[in-house]
Amino acid sequence: MPTDWIMGLLGGLLIGIAGAIFLLVNGRVMGASGIVGGLVDRSGLGNWREKASLIAGLLIVPAIITLAVGVTPTYLTDNLLVVAIAGIFVGVGTRIANGCTSGHGVCGISRLSLRGIVATVFYIGAGGLTVLLFKHLLGVI
Amino acid sequence: MRNLMAFIVGGFFGAGLLISGMTNTQKVQGWLDVFGDWDPTLAFVMGGAILPMAVAWRFTLGRKPVLRDHFDALPDPTVGRKLVVGSVLFGIGWGLAGLCPGPAIASLSFGGSGGIVFLIAMLLGMYWAPKLRTALD
Repeated sequence: MPTDWIMGLLGGLLIGIAGAIFLLVNGRVMGASGIVGGLVDRSGLGNWREKASLIAGLLIVPAIITLAVGVTPTYLTDNLLVVAIAGIFVGVGTRIANGCTSGHGVCGISRLSLRGIVATVFYIGAGGLTVLLFKHLLGVI
Repeated sequence: MRNLMAFIVGGFFGAGLLISGMTNTQKVQGWLDVFGDWDPTLAFVMGGAILPMAVAWRFTLGRKPVLRDHFDALPDPTVGRKLVVGSVLFGIGWGLAGLCPGPAIASLSFGGSGGIVFLIAMLLGMYWAPKLRTALD
């Protein structure tokens, strides 16, 4: 639907402005997996307050918006086994690849980084094949 | 001051993910569903996010960050096995649930028990990743 595309573009601009502020003001790359993962595996504790503050904003502001205007469901599958397996794959994969949709996708592609482009091709490709296999062929999701 | 800026950045990031529909797992899986009912919204989100970032990267040339004396060092540009294997694993999880790390946190307050299960599993995966990373060296 075109309305969804316009909202996608507007939301995307906000995400890009967030990344631009983090780069130009704090001098850092806005990658969600690196920020969270650096706290989890203790490799990025040097600026833990900065990381924790960003995570707090990422968590609290959507909570306030949904309280004010109502909740848009996530429509996450209620098969918790699939959810748990997916979470482990996302956690392991983004940390081995050193980036996710925000780090490699948004921040990497925007500076024409070959690593960002290659990572994005592979995670979108693997995601597409996963949906084909588990939705259309196996009917699990 | 950097921490306050980081909070604001996180807030913009979360608001953008919410507004763009990226906390809706069906929109993400719809983007990946090339052989079904394909939803191109994610391309608009990516395009919208890449525009300001591309300007920002150009703006870093010959300058310093406002609140710091240097920018983060850019990673080694080598495209290696870890980048490919990690991205494939991430893509499988992303396709299965329709969530990646940013939206997983942004939707935590309204994502119900499934969202909490996903986040805990993701944090566990991130905790185990250094061991697997060493094995791929």
